[in-house]
Amino acid sequence: MEDFSTLFTEIDQTTKTNAKVAALVRYFEKADSADMLWAIAILSGNTPKRSIKLGNLKAWAAELAGLPMWLFEECYYIVGDLAETIALCLPPPTGQIELGLRETIHLLKGITARTDEEKKILICRHWMHIGALERFVFNKLMTGNFRMGLSKQLVIRALSIHFGMDEQMIAHSLMGKWDPDEEKLDRLFTEEPHTDRQYQPYPFYLAYPLEVDPSSLGDIHDWLVEKKYDGIRGQIIVRQHKLYIWSRGEELLTDKFPEFETLASVLPDGTVLDGEILPWKDGRPLPFQVMQTRISRKRISPKTLLDTPLAMLCYDLLELGGKDIRILEMRMRRKMLMDLLETYPTTGLLHLSPQLHFDNWDDLAVFRADARLHDCEGVMLKKWDSPYEAGRRRGKWWKWKTQALTIDGVLIYAQSGHGRRANLFTDYTFAVWDGDVLVPFAKAYSGLTDKEIAELDNWVKRHTVTKFGPVRSVHPLLVFEIAFEGIQRSSRHKSGVALRFPRILRWRRDKSVAEANHISDLRALIHVQA
Amino acid sequence: MLRNYFYTGLLYFIKMLEFSDRGIYCPQADVYIDPWKPVGKAIITHAHSDHARPGSDVYLCQLHSTELLKQRLGFGIKVEGLEYGKHIQINGVDISLFPAGHIIGSAQVRLEYKGEIWVVSGDYKLTDDGISTPFEPVTCHHFITECTFGLPIYKFPDQQEVFDDMNRFWQDNACEGMNTVFIGYSLGKAQRIVQGLNAGIGPVFLHGAIANIHEALARQGFAFPGERVQGDTPKEQFYKAVIIAPTSALGSPWLKKFSPYRIGFCSGWMQLRGARRRRGVDRGFILSDHADWDQLNAAVKATGAQHIYATHGYQHVYAHWVREAYGLEGHEVQSFFQPVDSEDI
Repeated sequence: MEDFSTLFTEIDQTTKTNAKVAALVRYFEKADSADMLWAIAILSGNTPKRSIKLGNLKAWAAELAGLPMWLFEECYYIVGDLAETIALCLPPPTGQIELGLRETIHLLKGITARTDEEKKILICRHWMHIGALERFVFNKLMTGNFRMGLSKQLVIRALSIHFGMDEQMIAHSLMGKWDPDEEKLDRLFTEEPHTDRQYQPYPFYLAYPLEVDPSSLGDIHDWLVEKKYDGIRGQIIVRQHKLYIWSRGEELLTDKFPEFETLASVLPDGTVLDGEILPWKDGRPLPFQVMQTRISRKRISPKTLLDTPLAMLCYDLLELGGKDIRILEMRMRRKMLMDLLETYPTTGLLHLSPQLHFDNWDDLAVFRADARLHDCEGVMLKKWDSPYEAGRRRGKWWKWKTQALTIDGVLIYAQSGHGRRANLFTDYTFAVWDGDVLVPFAKAYSGLTDKEIAELDNWVKRHTVTKFGPVRSVHPLLVFEIAFEGIQRSSRHKSGVALRFPRILRWRRDKSVAEANHISDLRALIHVQA
Repeated sequence: MLRNYFYTGLLYFIKMLEFSDRGIYCPQADVYIDPWKPVGKAIITHAHSDHARPGSDVYLCQLHSTELLKQRLGFGIKVEGLEYGKHIQINGVDISLFPAGHIIGSAQVRLEYKGEIWVVSGDYKLTDDGISTPFEPVTCHHFITECTFGLPIYKFPDQQEVFDDMNRFWQDNACEGMNTVFIGYSLGKAQRIVQGLNAGIGPVFLHGAIANIHEALARQGFAFPGERVQGDTPKEQFYKAVIIAPTSALGSPWLKKFSPYRIGFCSGWMQLRGARRRRGVDRGFILSDHADWDQLNAAVKATGAQHIYATHGYQHVYAHWVREAYGLEGHEVQSFFQPVDSEDI
């Protein structure tokens, strides 16, 4: 674990991408192959399941440290990270044991079936035999969500340097779930396709937002223009009569969408589609909130299936007849996609994402401005000659979202954040006027610069009215412009509305509280969308 | 005069010392300790800006603080220096100063009246930094303690290890032809950094604010190495160099002339990963002039005091802890003064 912990420190200590990649490459050169497989899995977000309850970890650590539980909780609140809190509180180790990364993970896997009392003995013993840094990394393995300030893209780049292989090939090898104990390094990173990993999706091609005048993109007829739907981007895979649905976040969602089950017998083997999964009724999408409620359910009732039927708006075809066709031009792939959808009876489950026709960029700009009226959040621009690339790339694909909706709200509550933002007031609640009362309507976490956050944090400390737990109410004096992507009626919120992706657009130092928006302004926005 | 008595929210009368909206007040002697508003007589524990505020008629501080106080509050102030362990009487109150080990001239204030003894700690640490006079525990009945790092997550590493790390960082940067900027508070931290560096690696430069402090300290008889960065210092001189600068220099164009450089931030707050990352610097070094959790507990126990007043930090948590862990009367004292950037101190 020492090498891996050192790697963690090296990555943690720098903000520079190149230094992170260099540290990874150094690690790969030293690590033995079993450890390296686990390291790759962990670094690319493929972590083992949590085997110990967080509550138990807290209680054991507090006991070892001789701290009352309330004090441990205060520490956790300040640190904002359980793995770190435990590492900081534990007493100095009493001995030393050396375990590799793989062995450490096996230790954790091996105790899943044990009783809590046995787990406690094993974990406490391990804690007392490793140093502070290893404790932190060990705790991270136990608490899950192992993030180390490293994107998967960087891991891929480092592996590509280490193996002297193409980045896209590496990216593909790492898609989906794979078991680091079953795989072998040379087999994972081979130029041959993985015939035994039929569930494996392709890396998604993602577009950057368009930040220039679209007329600089040349002739509009060189571009495929489509609606940018607000659903779940996914891949539908049918191989060997089996269906797999992957989200863009590489989550396997097959079980969440039982209505697609029949596609396994309808579509030919070796088909991979890229598209947007949406609740779809009467030829148009339902609001995204409907989807959110459905996704969060563990079990899907027949009623839900009836109320929120899903469909995929197909954007692209990546594999046909078991052949990877990503290298073909967009124009070709789309033709093949249309043929496929016409040939097979996909009965309302699959629709072609319609092409939008415009003669010039100005007409498109008008459409984009009114995108919400057309049930979408903007448009996608894809060059007709573009291959299907891997990852987020500039040049051939662009997303051009419509302007966000905005409202000026008054800051009324602040709460401290977690991790990097621990111990800083970074989570804010904003309100609008309803008569002479301020009604909360949005919580927002992002949008301010670090400098503004520091300034606001200081302001909050000086203008606190009351504290309830971690939340502080503040004097209603500051106005912020809040942007969001959509708005829905909601009976669960005081304001009667629920927002999608609220964030802070800017601090309106020029506005007084009286100039903040009224609840009726919010309600008016609901109608704009409908 | 408006007075607020803070004792976990209840109105409370204290015999010798009161917590008022101007600072800690001794009615019998009519003196304030570290007042944050102008008063008549002020006793100053140390020269940091959250403890030494301008505008009072007369100041009393430890002898080694007088020049610093003049430099910070104006050369026209009336200030009297008192040696550690020497006693003065004001209206029957016996007042004396004892080393707090925080920075040069930092003192705990001991007040005795009719057999009752109070000690105001100011800021302190138990680590001997080799620069300031080391902390001395003072037996008392009532101990008012700071608790900036009053949580068990704060356990500072041995300072020699930290200096070794810092020198290694400097050495590594120098090998790559880069300069090293260490950020730390001008008064206290900067002197420890200069002292802890291995001057064999390269030249050491000081930000103007730090050079000014060193001049005041020189008048007091303390000499520290390091050369002031002048507006016309040629850029070539900054090669494999260390530049020591206060927090205010972070993100300022002043740093440009040292390019290429890496930044190390020196503070007790660097114990937490979140704080380290938030600073956006290359490295954080855990170097503090405050007591960590174990030191606070050791200090509190060493006073033998039955009443502990926690202030400046996690007072709520710390007061609760001394009640529960040691069975002492732990009181939470709300400080009215909130420094602009508490990470500086």
